[in-house]
Amino acid sequence: MTKATETYIPLDEIPRRRQPDASIAVVGSPNSGKSTLFNRLTGLRQRIGNYPGVTVERHVGLLRLDNHSVELIDLPGTHGLSAHSLEEQISLDVLFGRMPGTQPPDAILAVVDATNLYQGLYLVQQLIELELPVVVALTMFDAARAEGLQIDIGKLSARIGGAPVCPVVATTGEGVAALRDVLSDLVQRPAPDAAPAWPELAEAAAEIAKSAGLPIRRVEVERLLVDGATETNAPILEALGSDAATRVETVRQALFGSDPPLAHEARVRYAWVRDVLADVQEKVPVFFSWRTQVVQFLNRPIPGTLGLFVVMAIVFQAVFAWATPMMDFIDESTVALSGLVATHLGDGWFASLIADGVIAGVGSVIIFLPQILILFLFIIFLEDTGYLARAAYLLDRLMRSVGLSGQSIIPMISSFACAVPGIMATRVIPNRRDRIATILAAPFMTCSARLPVYALLIAAFVPARQVGFLNLHGLVLFGLYLFGITAGILTALLIRKTALRGPKPPFALMLPEFRRPNMRTVLIQLLGRAKVFLRRAGTVIFTVAVIIWALAYFPRATDLDPALTENEAAAAQLEQSWLGRAGHVVEPVFRPLGWDWRVSSAVIAGFPAREVVIAVLGTVYAVGDEADEATLSQRLKTSTWPDGTPVFTLPMVIGLMIFYACCLQCAATLAVIRRETNSWRWPVFAWCYMTTIGYVGALLAFQLL
Amino acid sequence: MAAFDNTLATLKQGQIGTIQSVDAADPQVQRLMVLGLVEGTDVELASAALGGDPMEFRFCGSGISLRKEQASRFKVTQRDRGD
Repeated sequence: MTKATETYIPLDEIPRRRQPDASIAVVGSPNSGKSTLFNRLTGLRQRIGNYPGVTVERHVGLLRLDNHSVELIDLPGTHGLSAHSLEEQISLDVLFGRMPGTQPPDAILAVVDATNLYQGLYLVQQLIELELPVVVALTMFDAARAEGLQIDIGKLSARIGGAPVCPVVATTGEGVAALRDVLSDLVQRPAPDAAPAWPELAEAAAEIAKSAGLPIRRVEVERLLVDGATETNAPILEALGSDAATRVETVRQALFGSDPPLAHEARVRYAWVRDVLADVQEKVPVFFSWRTQVVQFLNRPIPGTLGLFVVMAIVFQAVFAWATPMMDFIDESTVALSGLVATHLGDGWFASLIADGVIAGVGSVIIFLPQILILFLFIIFLEDTGYLARAAYLLDRLMRSVGLSGQSIIPMISSFACAVPGIMATRVIPNRRDRIATILAAPFMTCSARLPVYALLIAAFVPARQVGFLNLHGLVLFGLYLFGITAGILTALLIRKTALRGPKPPFALMLPEFRRPNMRTVLIQLLGRAKVFLRRAGTVIFTVAVIIWALAYFPRATDLDPALTENEAAAAQLEQSWLGRAGHVVEPVFRPLGWDWRVSSAVIAGFPAREVVIAVLGTVYAVGDEADEATLSQRLKTSTWPDGTPVFTLPMVIGLMIFYACCLQCAATLAVIRRETNSWRWPVFAWCYMTTIGYVGALLAFQLL
Repeated sequence: MAAFDNTLATLKQGQIGTIQSVDAADPQVQRLMVLGLVEGTDVELASAALGGDPMEFRFCGSGISLRKEQASRFKVTQRDRGD
């Protein structure tokens, strides 16, 4: 680990503006209202990024005060100073100043839900041991009042060593001005002067730290004593010297005996919390309010599960129906813009690059933005109301039977719209194995980009017969959806039984009470999501779109028959472009599936984004860009092999649809898997696995039917 | 005095159990203790999902969902809410 060296900067060279004077870490347990308060304090003056090497989001905001500003770092939710998840690990690293690229905090803003002082104070007493200035914000103070909770603020402050305590209501802004006043000079204030809740541990740790003669903080040794030489604590053990391991072990033995240290810590610290609560709180409530009654009703097995299906249906419907007008608008704008380029730039390669490569390529990403925004609007909204946790709770048993947990349900449903936000939504799954299994299952769900391909093929080749009271078209489409779900679930099962075999993770989920979400917070989060999506996925698919464009455009055909129509010329050009040649080259590979070079090149072109296939088929079959589906399906039906037999037979079409149902033809999905798993291993595996399944499925369909 | 083999998993809806002892060998159980499920905590069964598993508990201002298997690691003495 590198140590930051102190450098002397002359006073007049310190940048005055935009440079925060201090950095304050915002720490709180999940659902403590931390994000709402953070957004209230910083508004839009915040940056969302990632911590180096991991997918945990890093939220940093600027808090402008009268004549200076401080940087607020919104740390991932944590219950205490022992790291059990990646998020808690990150919080710890930042608090201990071990996070590269993030300066160690100068002070701490502890966020505590006023209706849940029990867990909140557990965290606060641990934060006090960091020996930094601390202010405690008691959020949701209105809810506490409504529940008849009486908290003696002065006494509470006294019990935690004089650290200021500010009751706030982040949704309305009540009490935030007073909190800002405290924050403005927090860094200059002394650290709380509290007797440690666990004097034996503090003394033992202080002694070890002192005898080492190094600038090691007491709290770091405390963590070493309780948590042992974990990844976080190993450097401390190393710094303590060669005989440290045995000394630490002796002290641990004396402190904990045979009791598990963490359990021991929980017992001692919660005893302190109870003592403080008895002092500052009128009575420990057992949690009742009218909202509890609503929750009670929605929690009964039957109404709860029915309610959940209604909510899921609404989300699914909204993502499909509400997004359509916006998607049509984006589609039309893209076409119009391409037309504009054609009229102004003529028809050289540059115009084609701009129109067919850049505009069409970027358009193919942006077109998903409405769906993603609507989906995330719902997810953020449901998360903020506390319903998301409840959905996971209600469906846990069902999902467990297929080897996943309740938390996988939202990503899976989201993936019916688009796998990209679905995979992004897997962040709510704390268990890594479960998360990756869900990520691998998600792309099998029939996304909206598969729909046009299915629609085209079904309309062209499935007879419009009535089966009972159902239409065969609808039935086939439904079958394809079912096929996707089954394939996804089997994949999850398979992967959990093989590569990701491991104990079924326990399912302990904090269930927050229902809350009215704050629209301001929801919108700020939504904006952040949109920016992240456009920046990350956009760059990848843009590059790939330009590459595919080049493959279809070069080399130019030189000796085209001038008698050909424009569309026929385009088809001839495509046949001898790199893409067309590739189609010919790989034709033998796809021949067993019954595909000719035209279908093969369309499929290849579809690998970056599967919906491209329609456009490429349109070009190959020389019906022009504005191919209406009727013309295209007519061409497909009459398309033949050189010997006159039709290419598109029913088994071949079924095979083609199976291929589409399975194959991972979506660069954006691959990019997002890469980002969310933080390795190339999983996207490469998913691609190979899904392509193989698709190929084998199509082969079996064509050969056996 | 209630029978000694009562656990959180045997609570009925609306019953409150006071945790008497915790089988803390399992690291996952230790995590639950960090969340506040330690000896002396009053825990109420709020509901159970379809099929009785997982179960939802409330204690000291929080709600938590546990699977039956985890809930059975916490021995309790139980009483009805009205008592």
